[in-house]
Amino acid sequence: MTGFADQVYVLGRRSVLRTLRQPANVAAPLLFPMLLLAVNSGGLKAETNLPGFPTDSFVAFALAVPFIQGALFATMNAGTDLARDIQTGFLNRLSLTPMRGIAVLAGQLGGAVALGLVQAAVYLGVGLAVGVRPASGGLGVLVLFVFAVLVTLAFGALGTFAALRTGSGEAVQSLFPAFFVFLFISSMNIPRNLIEQTWFRDLATANPVSYLLECVRSLIITGWDGQALALGFGITGVITIVALSLSTWALRVRMARS
Amino acid sequence: MRTLAVARGVAWRTLHNVFRNPSLLVPSLVFPLFFFVAFAGGLSRVGDIPGFDYPPGYTAFQFVFVLLQSAAFGGVFTGFGIARDFESGFARRLLLAAPNRTGIVLGYAWAALVRWLVTAAFLTVVALAAGMNVGGSGVDLVGLYTLAAILNLAAVLWAAGVAMRLRTMQAGPVMQMPVFLVLFFAPVYVPLSLLQGWIHTVAQVNPVTRVLESGRGFVAGTPTEVAVAFGAALALAAGFSLWALRGLRKAEAAG
Repeated sequence: MTGFADQVYVLGRRSVLRTLRQPANVAAPLLFPMLLLAVNSGGLKAETNLPGFPTDSFVAFALAVPFIQGALFATMNAGTDLARDIQTGFLNRLSLTPMRGIAVLAGQLGGAVALGLVQAAVYLGVGLAVGVRPASGGLGVLVLFVFAVLVTLAFGALGTFAALRTGSGEAVQSLFPAFFVFLFISSMNIPRNLIEQTWFRDLATANPVSYLLECVRSLIITGWDGQALALGFGITGVITIVALSLSTWALRVRMARS
Repeated sequence: MRTLAVARGVAWRTLHNVFRNPSLLVPSLVFPLFFFVAFAGGLSRVGDIPGFDYPPGYTAFQFVFVLLQSAAFGGVFTGFGIARDFESGFARRLLLAAPNRTGIVLGYAWAALVRWLVTAAFLTVVALAAGMNVGGSGVDLVGLYTLAAILNLAAVLWAAGVAMRLRTMQAGPVMQMPVFLVLFFAPVYVPLSLLQGWIHTVAQVNPVTRVLESGRGFVAGTPTEVAVAFGAALALAAGFSLWALRGLRKAEAAG
């Protein structure tokens, strides 16, 4: 067990350092969501005048979005880095060592989760700086960080699955538009009950990302909404289990090929 | 004549590459459509905000933004192609072979325009099929598409200038981010009068705001700020043409 923990630590440390050595991989997940938050908060502020809008502050409403966007970047970073390890033969060389295959996954995802925590802290810090006060209080902030970690883990595992299955960084990058679509066709910019077009509302209702957003939003705006929390954590849990299972299987196949 | 011959050759090659390569063609068609669906479909309730007064409706309101966005990003995507040509070494051979190198920039701009016209046609058909109301006449719509074409020209000249200076695909974000910011610091979701705070101030000085408001006026059949909008768009195009040509000289000097 100590050996496994050491392996995870070394590979996780490598993952974090590699990310830190690529400033674009650090800056993009921090800056781009904040930029979009600023633009959307300014441009859609008038939306709070709609009857039934849950809050007077559009920033509080929109602050949920960076947490999910950050998870998308985690997908790309974790997957692209692992794909590069496959393409350069690093994974092949690792397989000749006593290293356990699952340590590769754990280390890679550990790095992504570490970055995800930093991202969550930055997003929350920006929100607090502009006057957002989570209705769920200090405990809610802790729950928010736990959720951010789980979402990063879930999406990071999807990225590692894509990397292990395809062995290609370009293929992992091509997932970005698909995830982007899931983010936009959701309750990202307007509550689901205020979406006027029935077909769009139905799509947003069927889209699991809507529930992830609403889970974060409930902690910030509502306080303690059991249904929103259950749906958010439940869906994230399912994605995590499925993605990790697929990644583990793909890793076994990849290691058998090498 | 030599300039036109070079331009024709560069434009033909660029268009041939784009239309024969689905990974280049499909995103330029799908992304504007996606934004149109997401904004016009998901945010249509925004049209009910007190003070939102746009007679053709929110679909038409967003169509104008998406059309201009597709024009701007169409120019940027052509800039990616220029950067790719430099990375592959093709651009160096082109600089050697072209009897008039200004034609190279003209050719890329020509290709960007044709490429965008295909996107604009596709987007227009989809918007009309979705029931977009158009209050403007034929002349108004010509004004709208002309404005968008000038924006496309400005964007490709901006991107060309960046590509020729940096000569690497890693210049992509440098080309893209300013265009993204300029577009989104305009009244994207609501009219200028409904923007509040810092973004209202920024949108007021943003030249794209004039272009956007004028475009929406064309679709509504109530042209507004036409001279200012065309002046702003043409000024952007003129300024970036100097930027692109100076970039060309730097690329020539780099060898």
